[in-house]
Amino acid sequence: MNPGNLLKVAINALKRNKMRSFLTMLGIIIGVASVITMLAIGQGSKKSIQDQIASMGSNMLFVMPGNMRMGGVQQGSSSSQRLTVADIKAIKTECDAIVAVSPEVRSSGQAVSGSSNWPTTIYGGSEQYLDIRSWTVVSGRNFTDTEAEGSAKVCLVGRTVADELFGEGIDPTGETIRFKNIPFKIIGVLSEKGQNSFGQDQDDVIIAPYTTVQKRILAQTYIQSIQMSARSAEESALAESQVEEVLRRTHKLREEENNDFEIRSQEELATTMTSVTEILTILLGAIAGISLLVGGIGIMNIMYVSVTERTREIGLRMSVGGRSVDILLQFLIESILLSVFGGLIGIMIGFGASSVVEALTSWPISVMWGSVILAFAVCTVIGVFFGWYPARRAAELDPIEALRFE
Amino acid sequence: MKTIIDIATLKKDYHVGEVTVHALRGVDLKINEGEFVAIMGASGSGKSTMLNIIGCLDRPTDGTYLLDSVNVAGMSKNERAAIRNLKIGFVFQSYNLLSRTSALENVELPLMYNRLITTKERRERAVAALEAVGLADRMDHMPNQLSGGQQQRVAIARSLVNDPVVILADEATGNLDTRTSYEIMSLFQELNSKGKTIVFVTHEPDIARCMTRSVVFRDGHIIREEDVKSRLNAAEMLRALPVEQD
Ligand SMILES: Nc1ncnc2c1ncn2[C@@H]1O[C@H](COP(=O)(O)OP(=O)(O)OP(=O)(O)O)[C@@H](O)[C@H]1O
Ligand SMILES: [Mg+2]
Repeated sequence: MNPGNLLKVAINALKRNKMRSFLTMLGIIIGVASVITMLAIGQGSKKSIQDQIASMGSNMLFVMPGNMRMGGVQQGSSSSQRLTVADIKAIKTECDAIVAVSPEVRSSGQAVSGSSNWPTTIYGGSEQYLDIRSWTVVSGRNFTDTEAEGSAKVCLVGRTVADELFGEGIDPTGETIRFKNIPFKIIGVLSEKGQNSFGQDQDDVIIAPYTTVQKRILAQTYIQSIQMSARSAEESALAESQVEEVLRRTHKLREEENNDFEIRSQEELATTMTSVTEILTILLGAIAGISLLVGGIGIMNIMYVSVTERTREIGLRMSVGGRSVDILLQFLIESILLSVFGGLIGIMIGFGASSVVEALTSWPISVMWGSVILAFAVCTVIGVFFGWYPARRAAELDPIEALRFE
Repeated sequence: MKTIIDIATLKKDYHVGEVTVHALRGVDLKINEGEFVAIMGASGSGKSTMLNIIGCLDRPTDGTYLLDSVNVAGMSKNERAAIRNLKIGFVFQSYNLLSRTSALENVELPLMYNRLITTKERRERAVAALEAVGLADRMDHMPNQLSGGQQQRVAIARSLVNDPVVILADEATGNLDTRTSYEIMSLFQELNSKGKTIVFVTHEPDIARCMTRSVVFRDGHIIREEDVKSRLNAAEMLRALPVEQD
């Protein structure tokens, strides 16, 4: 029989048992829809985490003081005071994979303007700090190198701080605020970043020259962490080893001593964070995959029933010249139609469910075309695989016995 | 005259567990073009077995069989399917129409398995076959909308549609009442008069007398073979039947 006729015969057979065909497809529909939705959710949460990590800065690396071990004894007490401005100077001159370096110091406290006050955190950095942390100034200007090194009492405020102290949407550039009783002149407002993946408001900040924060607020000369930008994401690992080398030398660490600092990169952070969601995605996908498998078994079951019911029809088709392969294809096409058609409906429902989840979570959920193609391929394979045995049983029937079947 | 079926020393054994059933024990049979042969005999004598082998549904255990001068005894499953498709027409006792499929589509079925026939030609030939059996006005009816006699006519149209060299009928009137049986026999006689070769298994002597020759089986042998002497005309028999009163 030619393919067109085979298809017609299979479609007619399915139409004759509409309810049964639909219920059989339902297994596949649910399976495919859940696979697609689960993968989309996994992908969406991964993307949202990646976006947020990217918003932290550009090819960022940071150094924090770490615990030093010496012969198994923790030398922890003074560790928080181990990073200095000298380290930064050394990094700046010696590490060519690093394009920007800034110290970071921070302090939490109350910001006051007139009668309003707001609890927030002040971050101190160099002139390059904004670039490293991917901040931009929407109004006013960044502080200069001279201001940064000269303890100038100037600051930039995040949108949230501006809103809370001066009112929604007002540009406070030029105004003065007090932080821990130190007056700061606002020279600019930062662009909005929104919440990060932990629900923290990234716009609830004040950024000021690090020298100002060190001397006037913290009264210390140490640095809490060093923030850097590598030239590119690819050079992030190179930059990390260069920084390690320089810091080991400036900290005068001997060969056998461990680092008394820790270097983290945005890359690493992204990898750790996304690997968690990847595992979750695989898990959800696997559970959804099992429901797809169950759907496939449903098809196999119904195909066996169908072959038995239509034994006489098979005998008749053989007696008028149907070859085994014609019979095999007839039933195989029927099961492929069930699974592929079910798959198509499942894909559509998957798209629908994904956009519902997107609306509910505001994650950037997008159905991957890869998973659609995969679902489609899997459905075809399921149709062939689970249809094969029933179809072969039909094809191997003896025409005389099939005709005699009651 | 051309010989359509040429069978010699044909044997068929069935093995059921330890037991061997000798369904055919050496049959010689020649059927010429244009003959209308009745195959008779007691139940279990091997009539259906014979017909299935003639129709290439089954293969003999031993012996030779030439159908239309082609040796079909050693053919593979697929080759036999092709032979059935091109040279054989079957009519069964229980009609065997596809349910929920129109008369026309039922008749088209054998041609669906012939790749050389276009959709248009298939349709035309099916329509012609249905017209030949007097069902021109029933083409779109489903089997469950047709009487037993009409269903058997559809089955006969299906057996005709591929223009076979022989039509094989196994107790084709077995499910029908006397009147309808004669109607069907009248149709077969008409086909035979146009030159169709027909082999017809039956238990009823009256039905057998509508044909040109009878072959009687017993225990897997042919025990008698004779031309029908006073041949009945089914159409006349039909007219002679008393009109049913109710
Ligand atoms: N598939 C089979 N397996 C085993 N034995 C079989 C099979 N088919 C037929 N037989 C045996 O072969 C013999 C001939 O059977 P066949 O069906 O040809 O008889 P028949 O003449 O058509 O009888 P009836 O008039 O009742 O239809 C019987 O003894 C039957 O039991
Ligand atoms: Mg029989």
